[in-house]
Amino acid sequence: MRTLMKGNNALAEAAILAGCRFFAGYPITPQTEILEYLSTRLPEVGGQFVQTESELAGINMVLGAAATGFRAMTSSSGPGFSLKQEGISYISSMELPAVIVDVMRYGIGLGNITLGQGDYFQAVKGGGHGGYKTLVYAPSSVQENVDYTILAFDKAEEYRTPVIILSDGAIGQMAESVKLPEGKEHDPNKFEWTLKGKDDTYPNGRKMTDRIYYDFKYTEYDPHIRDRYSAMEENEQMWEEVETEDAEIILVAYGITSRVCRGAVKAARANGVKLGMIRPITLWPFPKKALHKTNKTVKAYLAVEMNACGQMVEDVALYAQGTPVYAYPSGRVIADQEEILRIVDEIRAGTRKEAF
Amino acid sequence: MAAVKEREIPRSIYAANSFCPGCGHGLVLRLIAEVIDEMDIDRDTIGVLAVGCSCLTNRTLAIDLLQSPHGRASAAAAAIKRCRPEKLVLTYQGDGDAASIGIAETIYTAQRKEKITQIIVNNGVYGMTGGQMSPTTLVGQKTTTSVKGRDPEVSGMPLNLMEVLKSFEPAYMARGSIHDAPHIMKAKSYIKKAFAAQMAGEGYSCVEILSPCPTNWHMTPEESMRRIGEEVIQYYPLGEFAKGGDQ
Repeated sequence: MRTLMKGNNALAEAAILAGCRFFAGYPITPQTEILEYLSTRLPEVGGQFVQTESELAGINMVLGAAATGFRAMTSSSGPGFSLKQEGISYISSMELPAVIVDVMRYGIGLGNITLGQGDYFQAVKGGGHGGYKTLVYAPSSVQENVDYTILAFDKAEEYRTPVIILSDGAIGQMAESVKLPEGKEHDPNKFEWTLKGKDDTYPNGRKMTDRIYYDFKYTEYDPHIRDRYSAMEENEQMWEEVETEDAEIILVAYGITSRVCRGAVKAARANGVKLGMIRPITLWPFPKKALHKTNKTVKAYLAVEMNACGQMVEDVALYAQGTPVYAYPSGRVIADQEEILRIVDEIRAGTRKEAF
Repeated sequence: MAAVKEREIPRSIYAANSFCPGCGHGLVLRLIAEVIDEMDIDRDTIGVLAVGCSCLTNRTLAIDLLQSPHGRASAAAAAIKRCRPEKLVLTYQGDGDAASIGIAETIYTAQRKEKITQIIVNNGVYGMTGGQMSPTTLVGQKTTTSVKGRDPEVSGMPLNLMEVLKSFEPAYMARGSIHDAPHIMKAKSYIKKAFAAQMAGEGYSCVEILSPCPTNWHMTPEESMRRIGEEVIQYYPLGEFAKGGDQ
C-alpha cells in the first residue's frame, strides 16, 4: 500500500519497521519531526523514547542500548551531529551496531536551518577521533529514507558498526508517496556478546570497551581494523548510474542535488549532449568502482553538491585517476539545472577551470 | 593458638586490582562485590564504568561491564536499565567524571528518575591524569593545577553533589566514607540500601563515597585516611540524604 509521508516521518517509521525499539535525541531543525514522531510511536510498540538533555546524552544512551542488543537510533543535524562524534568514535571502537541520522542543514557553526549538504566530510571521513569509518547512506527520496534506514539497521548488525544516514533538509521536509514494507521483529537476545548479566560463556562477565583492550593480541589489532574496513569498502559500495554508457561528461551528485542533476541529464540529452550521472548511494564506501568503470572513456566528471567549497569533489578527484574533475558547489542554494548545463558547455569548450 | 581465618575474597572479584597502594577504589569495589554476593545478583547486574581510574574495575569485578565515554556513564546506564529493567544497573565513577564533565548526565539521570544506582568515588582529584584539581577539591588543597591551593575566587567552591541532587527527590541517596572500619561498614550498608531501592523499582539512587588518593595527595595511606576523617568530612557531611518513600 502506498501512502503520502513526510521524509522525516517516513524515516522514523522505517526505524520502527526495522525493529528499532530505542531512540534518544534532542530537538534541532530540520530533523525534529523524527524525534516528535518517535515520541508517540515508540511507546505504542513497547519501545523506549528519551528526549535527552543534550546530543551527548542522546548518542551515549544509544551506546548503552546498543550494548544490550537492542536496535537503537539517534538523529540530529549539523551542530548536534558534531556533538555526537565522540560517541560515534566510541561506538566504533566497541564495535556496536547503531544508526545515526544527520538531516543535513547548511553552513559552518550555527549556519542555517535550511537544506544543505554541509556534513559530507564529517560523516564520510570520520568526524570523531581516531580514524574509524562508518557506512554512510545518502537517500535522495522519501522512499529511499525508508529503504536505506531499514538496510542501515541490518548492515549495522552485520558489521557491528555505527551506520550513518546522511539525509538533508529537503528530503526530510518533503512529502512523497512511499511504500512501507512489513515490519521485522528484532530479538535483542540473539547475540551472545550483548550485555544481559554474566553467564557460563562469560564467567567473569563481559567487558565491553574499546576492543583494543581485551579481544586482540597486541599485534593483531591493527590488521583486524584494516580487514574490517576493507571488507566494508569492497562489499558495500552502492550507486546508481544514469546514462553513463556513452557519456562524455558525468555528473556526480547525491541526495537532493542528484534530483536536479537527473533533470540536467535529460535536458542535455534532448540537446544532443552526452551527459550522464553517477549517484553515490553509499558515500562511505565511496563508489569508486563506478568511477573506475568510467574514467577510461569519459572526458570529465562534474561534482555537484550543496556547500560552499565542495567536499565530495575531493573523493571524485581521488578516484578519477587523472580524468579531469570539475566542481559546482552550489552553496546555500540548491543546484540550478541551467547552471549545470552552462558549466557542462564550459567544460566542453575547454574554458572551465579544473577543481584541483 | 587460635585458628587463622582464611582470607575471603568475594565471588564477584575475579582478579587482584591494579590501583596504587593505599587507593580507596579497591575497598569500595570489595564492598560492591560483597553486596552483589550477599544479594546473589552477580548474574543479574550490569555495571557501567567511567573514564579515569574507575575503568580499572574492568580487570577486577566479575560482572558484565561497559566502559562509557568520559562523563556519560549514567546516560549509558539509564539506557541499559530501560532495555533490561529486570537487571540491577550501576555506574562506577569518580568525582571528575560524575561531577565535572558528566554533571549534566548525572543531574538528568536523577531528574528523569532513571532507575539506576550511581556509585561515585570522591577523592577530590583527577587521579589517572596525575592529580589535577577536580570539582570536589577542597579550598586550599594543592593539586597540579592549583599549586598554591584551591582559590575559591578563581575556581569557586567545591561542588557538593548531594546538595545538587537532593531537589530531584531520589529514592535513595547517601554519602559514606572508608577512612576507618566503622565507616567502611556504614558505606557498605548504603550501597546495599541503594541496590535494594533500585530492585524495588523505587527510582534513582546514588551513593557518594569519600575515598583516599595517597599518590596524588602526596601522603601515606595512613595520613590520607586521617585527612578524610579530620578534614574532608567537615566539608562533605556523611549520612543518608534521601531514604525513599517506603523506607
